[in-house]
Amino acid sequence: MRLTIRHTTRYSFDAPVSHGLQQLRKTPKTGQQQRVVRWRTEVEGGHKELSFTDHHNNLVELVSFDRDTQSLAVISEGEVEIRDTSGVLGPHVGPAPLWLYRRGTALTKAGSGVRGLARTVEGETELDRLHSLMQVIHAAVAFEIGEPQTDWGAEEALAAGKGVCQDHTHIFITAAREMGWPARYVSGYLMLDDRVEQEAMHAWAEAHVAGLGWVGFDVANGIAPDNRYVRVATGLDYAEAAPVTGLRTGGAGEALSVRIGVAQQ
Amino acid sequence: MGDGGFFDEMWRDAGEVREPYRRFNAWFEDENPRDLLAKQREAEDLFRLAGITFNVYGRAEAEERLIPFDIIPRIIANAEWQRLSRGIEQRVRAINAFLHDIYHRQEIVKAGRLPEGMLARNAAFLPQMIGVKPPGGIYTHVVGIDLVRTGPGQFYVLEDNARTPSGVSYMLENRETMLQMFPELFVRNRVQPVQTYPADLRRSLAASAPAGTAGRPTVAVLTPGIYNSAYYEHAFLADQMGVDLVEGHDLRVVDGRVAMRTTRGYKPIDVLYRRVDDDFLDPLNFTPESQLGIPGIMDVYRSGGITIANAPGTGIADDKAIYSYMPEIVEFYTGERPLLENVPTWRCSDPDALAYVLDNLADLVVKEVHGSGGYGMLIGPTATKKEIAAFRRKLRARPGHYIAQPTLALSTVPIFSRAGLAPRHVDLRPFVLCSPEGVRITPGGLTRVALKKGSLVVNSSQGGGTKDTWVLED
Repeated sequence: MRLTIRHTTRYSFDAPVSHGLQQLRKTPKTGQQQRVVRWRTEVEGGHKELSFTDHHNNLVELVSFDRDTQSLAVISEGEVEIRDTSGVLGPHVGPAPLWLYRRGTALTKAGSGVRGLARTVEGETELDRLHSLMQVIHAAVAFEIGEPQTDWGAEEALAAGKGVCQDHTHIFITAAREMGWPARYVSGYLMLDDRVEQEAMHAWAEAHVAGLGWVGFDVANGIAPDNRYVRVATGLDYAEAAPVTGLRTGGAGEALSVRIGVAQQ
Repeated sequence: MGDGGFFDEMWRDAGEVREPYRRFNAWFEDENPRDLLAKQREAEDLFRLAGITFNVYGRAEAEERLIPFDIIPRIIANAEWQRLSRGIEQRVRAINAFLHDIYHRQEIVKAGRLPEGMLARNAAFLPQMIGVKPPGGIYTHVVGIDLVRTGPGQFYVLEDNARTPSGVSYMLENRETMLQMFPELFVRNRVQPVQTYPADLRRSLAASAPAGTAGRPTVAVLTPGIYNSAYYEHAFLADQMGVDLVEGHDLRVVDGRVAMRTTRGYKPIDVLYRRVDDDFLDPLNFTPESQLGIPGIMDVYRSGGITIANAPGTGIADDKAIYSYMPEIVEFYTGERPLLENVPTWRCSDPDALAYVLDNLADLVVKEVHGSGGYGMLIGPTATKKEIAAFRRKLRARPGHYIAQPTLALSTVPIFSRAGLAPRHVDLRPFVLCSPEGVRITPGGLTRVALKKGSLVVNSSQGGGTKDTWVLED
């Protein structure tokens, strides 16, 4: 399947920004199951300083705010071709060693809630157990449309019993690591069948299974990612795979607007 | 005067002067002790004038304190030094190869020579360095290897300070002071110079500039500021090298580079000799609250636009748990037998080792894996029963945080006291510079001396002093 994507993030400020930087992880990855046909990211109210590939193989672009700007817009646009592999991505390639994905982070720290949940998981094979884990979380945490609580960890989301895709993903990777699988966070796009315009990017999880390699789990929807899913950035948690990580001085009164369009070509 | 079975570097047991000290001793015997005592006080005044003081952590009332200086030099023969420097160079080359390997293919883990857990569960392993190629392939531009001596040819490495070794300013000021006060000594003895260190450092840093740097590389020293215990040294080194001393707020990312504010706008920096720890280096990438760093410097570094000396993530090489693997590390990367001895080390994370350590606490030195500066350690032989009992509880609670070593019979060198010469225990921190041009070791280094009789703790924060360290020409 070939998808066209247009993603605009616009920040506006009541007061001018004297200095600020944003790290962007907004370029889809090229891999076995997806190919980037064309992609470009443009910035208004700021400029690109540099780019590099990070340890999760994400393309990172560093953008600085133009002096005293009161708005910054990041516009990404392109085309990606995707093959359906039933969520199976194959062997780990790095550059980070596989063991890194066993490490917990502040957002994916297991507590009694996640451990208790992990104990209810059943299944014969590794894959069965991971699917069972996905269903258990899907049932325990209601999907709620709205703003994510970016500082919420897996335990908080599980205790609340509701959350957005980010929370489902955090709970899954926390539990999966607890149960012995390397696991990671994926930030990306999902084509919806009933509409083009969306308010947010999607997030899902990947776990590393012996013999298969990395396998995707869209916990929020309770399904395996197929050819409607575009992988953009990966990391140990949301903080490492976030499309934008920023820091600025000045610029009080931030307002954010996001417009995403994902359509089949 | 060899005291209680310890090796004395000046005197043999029979009261005979060892070769390197012969000329010094002849001079000393002709001097009037009262004059020397006056000189000792004069030396302290010189240090106070120069402003070399030292902040002691955890002592609010006396924030700055002079490190005592002893006028009796520590003297090493050239042949002894040559052997020692071969061992140091071998070790430093191995450390660089190790750092490159663990942040790339991790061959040492694949070969089964280092357990994966030593990296995977190590807080000093910096994931952001994975796959990064530092300019010129150098990770540790400046290393200070702590050595102790137990016999004529027997040196042990106590610690590899691979992140930000300090103390080089004391090495330089100690020599400067001795030259001023006892010029005649340097006529009688041909002592190898240390004063070239700042120029050597400058050259070594410049040689490590990113590929494609045009013209003479711009070097700067980054300091956390005047409240840092080593601020004096940061200012001193910048001054001696003739480069800018900067703080985080003087720098920002401009046109994909790290640039410093000048009267004529922003000037890009090629090499930053930073004396700010990794955690505080970049609020965008590490600790967001840090006021000491430069947002985005890691991004510039990862895109190849600046040299950070030492490279981020080098701390893992002086981690005390990794230390216990240094003999394997040296052999793995150099294919040679290690020339310098490692102190036998028990890793308390291992249950058998822990059991042994708990049974023998009174004879061992126990250190925190991530500690430094002599804080939070137990020296069994001099500890009270109460201290040992308290430490036993700490060890049981978090065994993985500790390693233990036997107490070594540290060599002694005399200090000058009212009662004449008196032997005191010493260590040695030679300073090593690495660049693509090679490894350069300043002859000598910083000798730290435990001023309290019988004490084995030489750290300045624990009442240690320093001495000028001479390496003689042949």
